[in-house]
Amino acid sequence: MLEIKEISKRLGDFHLKNISLSINKGDYLTLLGLSGAGKTVLLEILAGLITPDEGSIHLDGENISTMSIQKRPMGLVYQDMALFPHMTVRKNIAYGLHKKGLSGKQIKERVAKLAAQARVTHLLNRHPGTLSGGEAQRVALARTLASEPTVLLLDEPLASLDVTLRHELRDLLKEINQSGKTIIHVTHDYMEAATLSKTIAVIENGELLQWGKPEEVFRNPVSKFVAQFSGIKNIFQCSFHPEEQQNGLFRGKTPNGLLIKVIEPPAQNITHLMIPGEDIIVSEQELETSATNQYHGFIKEIITLNHGAELIISTAEDFSVIVSKNSVRNLDLSPAKKVWISFKASAVKYL
Amino acid sequence: MLKDWRTKLAIIFFSGLIILFIVAPLLGLLLRTSPSEYLQTIQDTEVSKSIRLTLFASMGATLIFGILAIPLAWLLARKHFPLKGLVNGLIDLPVVIPHSAAGIALLGIISRGTWIGQAGEQAGFSFVGGVAGIVVAMAFVSLPFAINAARDGFAAVPEKLEKAALNLGASPLRVFFTISLPLAKRPVLSGLVMMWARGLSEFGAVIIIAYHPMVTPVLIWERFASFGLSYARPVAAVFILVCLAVFVFMRVLSQKNYHVRN
Repeated sequence: MLEIKEISKRLGDFHLKNISLSINKGDYLTLLGLSGAGKTVLLEILAGLITPDEGSIHLDGENISTMSIQKRPMGLVYQDMALFPHMTVRKNIAYGLHKKGLSGKQIKERVAKLAAQARVTHLLNRHPGTLSGGEAQRVALARTLASEPTVLLLDEPLASLDVTLRHELRDLLKEINQSGKTIIHVTHDYMEAATLSKTIAVIENGELLQWGKPEEVFRNPVSKFVAQFSGIKNIFQCSFHPEEQQNGLFRGKTPNGLLIKVIEPPAQNITHLMIPGEDIIVSEQELETSATNQYHGFIKEIITLNHGAELIISTAEDFSVIVSKNSVRNLDLSPAKKVWISFKASAVKYL
Repeated sequence: MLKDWRTKLAIIFFSGLIILFIVAPLLGLLLRTSPSEYLQTIQDTEVSKSIRLTLFASMGATLIFGILAIPLAWLLARKHFPLKGLVNGLIDLPVVIPHSAAGIALLGIISRGTWIGQAGEQAGFSFVGGVAGIVVAMAFVSLPFAINAARDGFAAVPEKLEKAALNLGASPLRVFFTISLPLAKRPVLSGLVMMWARGLSEFGAVIIIAYHPMVTPVLIWERFASFGLSYARPVAAVFILVCLAVFVFMRVLSQKNYHVRN
């Protein structure tokens, strides 16, 4: 188990604040955050390339905070791969093997095995400058795996790849993780995080906002930032008058005057609410239903998705609603059509 | 369009003037020397001996001092330390001070009365009036060329490559020799070539420390002062041709390109 305990680091104006995380062996943790959030700094601290001002790092109970970079069992793959341009792919992969006291034959065999795993055998005699982004990323992975790190640290590994190559590399990363390797993967793409991770940690301005299983984080985001980052679009600022209750429900009012009923009492008089798009029902008529929030509006836009469609429905506020392709067809949904939307008070969550 | 055409013409004209300013005196010198004068000069043992001495003394200065200065160049490119700006300024000092003054300054630390001078005497050589002194004088005035070029070369190597190598378990020394130095090879070599070339042409500092054995710039001056222009010109012409040939050869050697990604 890798434990990061209260790591802090100040670098000019940037401040990484008090990061604590526990990562189980074989876990796939995604550090999710915008550019400049401090994700790469945290990776470099774990790799030993940056010394933290405070805090410690423990691997399987051993404090590795002061362990030298060379001895630290962390393999880092940079976003731009950082392949050595003056060496062939073969020499790049073999670079980390020379410290292990292996014979020439053993190094050759190990390089061949790693190249096969990363599917770069045909590239061994090429120079990095002649490789495509996907090929270079695979070589970088093979090179890092050669030093047999306990934890693999990946800095935006899919960022520079096109869709097909992303898919291929994602499979390779899953394969590596399934072989028991712990992976910490930095990204700003929540879809990437959702499809690969066993655990997600969201970081903003050097602060760890939330971490846990993807479904927990995406379902119960602790802040507007996490919610927006998780792809949730129906976030509204609401003002409450706690004494105003109706049938045990609290009523929040958005700046545009939309009233939203919520089960839980608000912690503050002004707060943010969110309603997952999947929890909103679209209908042609007002429904006799237990959903206490019902609004009449019209379809402003229809965005086709792989598995269905996203409807932007305009009421006093704009709602994003995810529906299936069947629903689009059966309800004959089209722009400008007037519809009703409804959701339960229990579907509404505070941020 | 016309205005643009005139601007281009003006740029070409002034560029041509500058190039002519550099080439014309040298070409004049080479062309005014007759083939028989060339032949006579090449056969003159004093001249050939002097050219050999100049080439090898400058090469020695480059190999000893230039190579020793490479770690300093790396340090200046990669590390932050107090008074780094001052150190960078000090490195350029030999370029801006009069070289005769540099010779006087050097004499103060390598003359026979100093402990360095005495150490040299005990080891069997003398700095003053000796090849070792010529090497030191050449190195002093030409080192900035090697250090500055190497520093800029190291600074251009992406630091991530060095970090990646460290992360792969390489020691800092291995990282230096397998990553930093090979990737900065071209500017480092270019700087060494420039240092060597600058050493060849040194006159002011060398003449203060060692009039004899005579390096070619001193020989040219000596012939000019004693016998006049017509005696100095063939020696200067031959020396320029030799320097040009070796310089071009070294530059070609140091121009090897890499497919640099990142």
